[in-house]
Amino acid sequence: MGQTIVEKIFAAHRRDTPTPENIILDLDVVMCHEITTPIAITDLEARGMDRVFDPDKIKAVIDHVTPAKDSKTATQGKILRDWARRHNIRDFFDIGRNGVCHALFPEKGFIRPGYTVIMGDSHTCTHGAFGAFAAGVGTTDLEVGILKGVCSFRLPRTIRVEITGELSAGVYAKDVILNIIKEITVNGATDRVLEFGGPVVDAMSMEARMTLCNMAIEAGATCGICLPDQTTAEYLWPFIKDNYATVDQAVEDFNQWHSDPDAVYEQVLRFDVSSLVPQVTYGFKPDEVKDITAMEGVPVDQIYIGSCTNGRIEDLREAARVLAGRKISDQVRGVLSPATPGVYSQALEEGIIKIFQDAGFCVTNPTCGACLGMSTGVLAEGEICASTTNRNFNGRMGKGGIVHLMSPLSAAAAAVAGKITDPRPMLA
Amino acid sequence: MKQFGGQALFLDRSDINTDEIIPAKYLTENTKMDLKPYALEDLKLSGFNPARDLENKSVIVSRANFGCGSSREHAVWVFEVNEINTVIAESFARIFRQNMYNCGMLAIELSAADIDTLFNLGGDVTIEVDLAESKIKARGKQTAEFSFSLNEFDRKLVEAGGWLNYADLHY
Ligand code: SF4
Repeated sequence: MGQTIVEKIFAAHRRDTPTPENIILDLDVVMCHEITTPIAITDLEARGMDRVFDPDKIKAVIDHVTPAKDSKTATQGKILRDWARRHNIRDFFDIGRNGVCHALFPEKGFIRPGYTVIMGDSHTCTHGAFGAFAAGVGTTDLEVGILKGVCSFRLPRTIRVEITGELSAGVYAKDVILNIIKEITVNGATDRVLEFGGPVVDAMSMEARMTLCNMAIEAGATCGICLPDQTTAEYLWPFIKDNYATVDQAVEDFNQWHSDPDAVYEQVLRFDVSSLVPQVTYGFKPDEVKDITAMEGVPVDQIYIGSCTNGRIEDLREAARVLAGRKISDQVRGVLSPATPGVYSQALEEGIIKIFQDAGFCVTNPTCGACLGMSTGVLAEGEICASTTNRNFNGRMGKGGIVHLMSPLSAAAAAVAGKITDPRPMLA
Repeated sequence: MKQFGGQALFLDRSDINTDEIIPAKYLTENTKMDLKPYALEDLKLSGFNPARDLENKSVIVSRANFGCGSSREHAVWVFEVNEINTVIAESFARIFRQNMYNCGMLAIELSAADIDTLFNLGGDVTIEVDLAESKIKARGKQTAEFSFSLNEFDRKLVEAGGWLNYADLHY
């Protein structure tokens, strides 16, 4: 019987099987940020267990609230910083070099096909774009990961999501994943892996695949995953060029992390995206999704472009297509947070930052900030935000605020129109 | 091992997420105890008043997909410091459920029909949990009994008082 990619990764990392349903995995990467890690650090200290299993396999960043906005967030940063120094964690990204974890770590080449990755952050599933098993965990799992380099999981069942057809102009990975979540619902993939494949995924860039996998958790999935291929190898090439003679050789090696043709899936879902139009959420759950044409004219107060879902260079380029030569409505304010310093300087080089500024956007440093309602763009009671982030939960971007999730292109169009609108006519 | 059971708080909604259980702005608190006043502050449920309704409660009963969204274990801790020891629901989001067992707390899944029965008992409902027998007894105006199943490994974590204790012994 064939195996899925995640079954292969699990088999290669099995430390223990305490019951037939549970597996303890050896971890390749444990990632940390300043919101969920400091409390793990202080707890480990209090227990007399202030150790790390392998400083080279731990990556840490201050990203959620940075630079610190008050004494409490400054203390969280300090605890993480002191800990990283104390344990010689070399891959620690402090202010000036920091960016949103799920955009920064892939950019640094930390994630490779076949890896097992955890982080105290639910959007860790983003890294499945590289053919890795990457799952968000709580602080206790993180503590054990830091200390022992292991994590427990139930044996996964995989739902294969086959994406076919051709995306029309103005429709992106974000629209695809919103549409998929609408179908699967917010808990349709609980305890499942979503394996994304098919010609549309094959044609996607790594950035687009990350957008896709990023929101797997929004359907309840343990992780999202794409099979590693030529695109993966080319993206990773600067980091792996000493390990392989050619890109082709890397691709061949990555093939070991492909699901077998006779792998057993719990379910195969097929999406033909040829007739898909831009998507947008209403309500307070990420599966409450409509065609943007059905939400035409809904007024907004703020536009937020950034986050681990859509703060990468491709996303900024998409938004800039609409913003170039235009001004945003004087009824709205626009906030752009490039997800990493790399994205920021690339956008500067390409003139994209200037396009955003000329259009009337405020450009912030790379940070999670407003995505989780902590800084740089928190909403007031009753305010509405057109956002490229991944969660429209009640109060997510500020108490009483309302969030509509959409693609960077749709968000840019909303900024210009001052309301939700189909972005496609603005592309002409 | 913790003691499980007590008076029940009913939250009649599906998809209660961890942002509602503990909003992100409180994730900068440095101790679990500091979280205490903010439990369920942003819960979208009409007529619900966290301070009043959480008083003397030890068990939460809710519907499907409880604890979805952010991975923050703070959502479990804020229950722990409010003396909630058990959450009973039709289903849980994976990370929240794991966080409960990892903290030595109990997440119990019952069928939609059994959850309905619990919601309809009437009066103040007290729940007794017999972990060894995997049984729940609920007394309100009416009484009802249910058996539940618990993954064997999760049971070990609960019995060990959490994953850190278990992992330290075994790995
Ligand atoms: S950008 Fe938002 S969703 Fe992504 S890691 Fe930061 S807070 Fe979480």
